[in-house]
Amino acid sequence: MELVKGLFKIPSFLFGLALFLGTLGLAFFGPLLWHIDVVSRVGDPYMAPGAGHWLGTDHLGVDMVSMLITGLRASLYVGFLAGVVATVVGTLIGVYGGYKGGLLDDILTVATNLFLVIPTLIVLILLSSSMEKGRSLTLIALIIGCTTWTWSARAVRAQSASLRARDHVALARINGYSTIEIVLEQILPYLLSYVFMVFILQTATAILTEATISMLGLGPYDSISLGKILNDARTNEALIGGKWWAFIPAMVLVTVIAFSLYVINTAMEGVFNPRLRK
Amino acid sequence: MTAPALPVQAPVPGPAPKPAAGKVVLEVEDLRVHYLTRFGAKIQAVDGVTFSLKQGEILGIAGESGCGKTTLVSGCMGLYIPPLYHTSGDVRIDGQSIVGMTPEQNRKEVLGRKIAMIPQGALNSLNPTRKIKDMATDMILSHDESADKKTINDRLRERFSRIGLDAQKVLNSYPVELPAGTKQRCVIGISTLLNPKVVVADEPTSALDVSTQKSVIRLLFELMNQEIISSMLFITHELPLLRHVSSSIAVMYAGEFVEYGSTEQVIFDGRQPYSRALMGSMLSTEPGQKSRKPVAIEGAPPKLDKPIPGCRFAERCPVAQPDCRSTDQVLRVVGGRQVRCKYADTDLVKQVGGTV
Amino acid sequence: MTEHLKFEATHISRVFGHGKKAVTAVDDVSFAIKDREIISLVGQSGCGKTVLAKMLLRLEQPTRGELLFNGKPITATGDPRNHWRQVQAVFQDPFSCFNQFFTIRNQLKASFRLFEKKPSPAEIEERVDQALLAVNIKPREIDGKFPFELSGGQMQRMLLARIFILKPQVLIADEPTSMVDACSRASILDYLMKLKEELSMTIVFVTHDIGLAYYVSDSIYIMHKGKIVEQGPPDDVTQRPQSDVTKRLLEDIPDVHREWIPREAAVAAAR
Ligand SMILES: Nc1ncnc2c1ncn2[C@@H]1O[C@H](COP(=O)(O)OP(=O)(O)OP(=O)(O)O)[C@@H](O)[C@H]1O
Ligand SMILES: Nc1ncnc2c1ncn2[C@@H]1O[C@H](COP(=O)(O)OP(=O)(O)OP(=O)(O)O)[C@@H](O)[C@H]1O
Ligand SMILES: [Mg+2]
Ligand SMILES: [Mg+2]
Repeated sequence: MELVKGLFKIPSFLFGLALFLGTLGLAFFGPLLWHIDVVSRVGDPYMAPGAGHWLGTDHLGVDMVSMLITGLRASLYVGFLAGVVATVVGTLIGVYGGYKGGLLDDILTVATNLFLVIPTLIVLILLSSSMEKGRSLTLIALIIGCTTWTWSARAVRAQSASLRARDHVALARINGYSTIEIVLEQILPYLLSYVFMVFILQTATAILTEATISMLGLGPYDSISLGKILNDARTNEALIGGKWWAFIPAMVLVTVIAFSLYVINTAMEGVFNPRLRK
Repeated sequence: MTAPALPVQAPVPGPAPKPAAGKVVLEVEDLRVHYLTRFGAKIQAVDGVTFSLKQGEILGIAGESGCGKTTLVSGCMGLYIPPLYHTSGDVRIDGQSIVGMTPEQNRKEVLGRKIAMIPQGALNSLNPTRKIKDMATDMILSHDESADKKTINDRLRERFSRIGLDAQKVLNSYPVELPAGTKQRCVIGISTLLNPKVVVADEPTSALDVSTQKSVIRLLFELMNQEIISSMLFITHELPLLRHVSSSIAVMYAGEFVEYGSTEQVIFDGRQPYSRALMGSMLSTEPGQKSRKPVAIEGAPPKLDKPIPGCRFAERCPVAQPDCRSTDQVLRVVGGRQVRCKYADTDLVKQVGGTV
Repeated sequence: MTEHLKFEATHISRVFGHGKKAVTAVDDVSFAIKDREIISLVGQSGCGKTVLAKMLLRLEQPTRGELLFNGKPITATGDPRNHWRQVQAVFQDPFSCFNQFFTIRNQLKASFRLFEKKPSPAEIEERVDQALLAVNIKPREIDGKFPFELSGGQMQRMLLARIFILKPQVLIADEPTSMVDACSRASILDYLMKLKEELSMTIVFVTHDIGLAYYVSDSIYIMHKGKIVEQGPPDDVTQRPQSDVTKRLLEDIPDVHREWIPREAAVAAAR
């Protein structure tokens, strides 16, 4: 508890939290404040910002504010879903591998090292491009989650391996606890704050990854995401034409979410993991 | 046993640095400290302790587990972090009171600088993922943020070689790579980096074998002889060890001092049943000791969540009298030391233990 | 012959790590522990006592050699739980022995998982209370308390209380009383000896307290750098030590009647 209180005294944490809650608020309450309409053309293509349409329109003449809020919601959805998948899968495998050692641990280590050498992005691109239709937002989130979990597994593994040497684990063993009970009751609770930090990072990474693959034209076929807005701007020559409102706000949003999450994570590591303090 | 046993009451000259009858460094006055539990119970773990520590003095504090030794030392450091609270009384270092300080202020001005602690169980709680060097650097940085890397490194190297460690090697090791004795020497080295006046060592040797224990205590003496530190509080549950370490001894029971006097008085001529029992239950390897029955004190120490009427030890005292449970005991001077026992000056207490 | 032996080790070793970094914690030791015997393992820190104890507990496997329990290889009873029903332990570091997220009482009750026939909840509470009394703790003292709310010695007693609950045939006690004062140590040992008689228990004490080893054991093993350098009845080992290691250990005991650290040495070392 003392640690949590200490966290709220760190300016960078408060700043990151405020920024993140701001974007979250925009995603949740935006639809109540603005009239969201992403299907009808409300004006000419690439109308400059002005009264009525604060951020102008896109290449089809759809209101940019509506597009951005819808895209933000989609990006956050992908981020959280992928973050949850990657953290849950990664943590369970990492904790188990770290505790058990042996073959599973070796496989895990090899897998993570492989993923370090082969950029995840390429795997993602290959997977996405092989599924032309049926590439829904959820599916993309699952793919991102399933290709980035090794990262959390690796982060948690070392912690788990050092806990395994503690006598309370030995005591649980001679009390007849099964391996899975030990992982869940004796090891995981000690790692919760750590797992939460890993989750934040995974979420931030997932949001950036979605933006990247969508921008390459491999995004969801049926929804609007921030990455897809950027892709539309790119393919419809907004950059060359100097139509900044078609891509700058989306870029800012992606950056702000990822940045705020990274700031929160760094501040938390400083508090929960004093050993990382320089 | 190879060495001949010396006659009782004629102890050899103490090996500890001679107490320079110098000025008082640490003064603790009627200190009371309590824990507040989650259920709102108030556990009075230290209940009215008074003592003072002179320059060059080592005070040994012995007592049963849970009698409040660790709590007393946290209280002496002035570091009150919930659930630990200061009830009343005062702690002064060099005349300056430290009980009213906020934890931040205390960490900045007092901890490590005026009074340093070697925590109980430190050996096993060192962070396994950090090198000794990093932990030591933290210690310096916590008080001098502007120190640059080179000065810090030079300072660490100088100090670690001075306390007889292979500085280069040890500083770059992880705790798990070092044997227990070396680890404990490192802990001591790190906590005394800033030349604190008083060092509080909380059971620094209870996890160590006798040879390693000896080397660790030697190191503590060296620190005093080199005037890196000036006085020490030595906490242990092993009264006999204090014979060689401290110049005076306080025996604690249920949050209070029950006997407080010079080492010779308490060890060879205790006047309180509990401190006598502590000596009487010593297990030694002298021939014939195997058949001797050590004094076992059954029963549990009292719970400290409500005031306890009468003598706190009466419940378990082998020679308790009917009136012991009804009359509160105060520390009074008997035979040149302070004792908390109604029958301290009678032969009754001598029935307990006494096989030293 | 082997029927009377609880444990029999022939040339067992335990090596950690590989190649250059290999650490030989236990180095080619052989011994036989008889039924109902009390053994003490004594030696300097890091000499391999805990690793040896963990092998007897089936928490570590020997990298070489053979370890028999009741005449059969220790791993013969497939499910290790069968082993732990008979062989129980007190671990060395009480501060890291309990899970910080559960109350002490619940963790004591977890020992009942090992029972093939679990007693009723009321009986469980009853037996926990009795075990606490045996280690000089008032049962209500620890109600609702988490491990960090107890002192070091109190936690060590909790580990001993487990033994009074489980009543194993073999007890491996790694520094069971290192944080307990002499009076309580004596009374806990009394209870333990009574329990030993009652259950005809075999006990292995791992300790640096030679006084304790001398007082309780039938046989003392002195370990040094992974090897057993001397073994024999307590009187022989303490009164007529053969090896230098034993002599040194005996000399370093802080006996109240003997000079321990000569003042000159302390001063000379200071220079
Ligand atoms: N955080 C806490 N909350 C409530 N009670 C506590 C807490 N910490 C310690 N206590 C209680 O305070 C009393 C004194 O504990 P303390 O740790 O000072 O004992 P000690 O003398 O150092 O014992 P040991 O020799 O075993 O280390 C004990 O009864 C203990 O149960
Ligand atoms: N899991 C492990 N991995 C690597 N080395 C280990 C491991 N466990 C123990 N060792 C090493 O084995 C040696 C023996 O350790 P052990 O814990 O048995 O000593 P000990 O005799 O119990 O000492 P102490 O009295 O300090 O408890 C040590 O050098 C230790 O570093
Ligand atoms: Mg303590
Ligand atoms: Mg050990």
